[in-house]
Amino acid sequence: MPRLTDIRPPVIPGLLLLAVIVPLLGGCARESPSEKPPIHVVPDMDHQPKYKAQAESDFFADASAMRLPVKGTVPRGYLRADDAFYRGRDETEAYVTANPLPPTAEVLHRGEERFNIYCSPCHGKGGRGDGTVVARGFTQPPDFVSDSLRQMPVGQMFEAVTNGVRNMPSYRHQLRPEDRWAIIAYLRQLQGMTEPGDTLE
Amino acid sequence: MAQIFPPWANRLPVLTLLAAAVLGLSAVSFVWYYFSPWYTDVGYRPTQPVFYSHLLHADSLGIDCRYCHSDVETSPTANIPPVQTCMNCHKIIKADSERLQPVVQSYVTKTPLKWVRVHKLPDFVYFDHSIHLRAGVGCAGCHGRVNEMLVVSQAKPLSMSWCLDCHRHPDDHLRPPDQITNMDWEPAADQVEFAAKQKHELGIEPTVDCSGCHR
Repeated sequence: MPRLTDIRPPVIPGLLLLAVIVPLLGGCARESPSEKPPIHVVPDMDHQPKYKAQAESDFFADASAMRLPVKGTVPRGYLRADDAFYRGRDETEAYVTANPLPPTAEVLHRGEERFNIYCSPCHGKGGRGDGTVVARGFTQPPDFVSDSLRQMPVGQMFEAVTNGVRNMPSYRHQLRPEDRWAIIAYLRQLQGMTEPGDTLE
Repeated sequence: MAQIFPPWANRLPVLTLLAAAVLGLSAVSFVWYYFSPWYTDVGYRPTQPVFYSHLLHADSLGIDCRYCHSDVETSPTANIPPVQTCMNCHKIIKADSERLQPVVQSYVTKTPLKWVRVHKLPDFVYFDHSIHLRAGVGCAGCHGRVNEMLVVSQAKPLSMSWCLDCHRHPDDHLRPPDQITNMDWEPAADQVEFAAKQKHELGIEPTVDCSGCHR
């Protein structure tokens, strides 16, 4: 039987064990990708019985918590009775030829920014129909600097952006009417045209 | 008679105290880090119903974030686009692709696609994307280099202390408003002067009030 005095505390094995465990813990440090949802040790009130935007609902048949307005109803401020501004047409249903937004520096800047976000993937930054998406196989749109598009009334352009034309989809859900007009003002600048009576600030 | 305790037993009280201190410190550090969102949330990368690559769309094709997340500048939410937005291009491009079928199905049957939320804030936090963009906080500041992600994963902890770090010292995180979606933007040498100017011009005073984010 070993005497108590022969026993030594396991200093060296203990250190070795630590040397193994610490790097192992370090191995599962942050930014290690995981498909498992985060576990919060103290969940507080992280999850409350309420709907957030674009949430799922088990109440409605289509599982969407967000609902469309009731058919035939108009939200306040959305009557859109101004046909020239919201449809690009005048009282005689003809396309308007003057942009309801005056081409101020602010409008042109907004138009350029929106054009580069929403139009340039197909139409190209210079409007020549050479966007990156066209290079991947989308039907090539016409050149904005061509004569036929220079002669197109702004109202018709507005209608194209709003409702789509041929292969081009409608952009009414991505662009507000005032942004569509700003883009058209910028387009006129790309085309090297100024409209009658317009003054650049 | 032999001694009951060997000589090293004299060191036991000191060793015990030392071990207790080390263990205590380890336990605190362990909880501090492994229970924090730096560990629990960063790197969350759920499998989505569609294998959508930001690397292809945002980087190779150079499509702006706002083409799809179109409400981010005017809404608290950076909206997940409706499948209608996908179909803008995919009516023509790769319309028959196997990977695209969930999108096509959703579009045809008018049932929402069930994307898995990656960036989750607690329900008692009222974060607003639009005001952050207006102040000149870029997408990449909170979401990382999404343009390099094949599958979106959470890049930052989105914890309260992390939010407050920026709210207390926003200077390094501000950029010109026309650079918010630029993933390659780096602060210039005159960032301090630029930030001071932008804060003055846009009236940026990040709140550190409880009610700024909690109601």
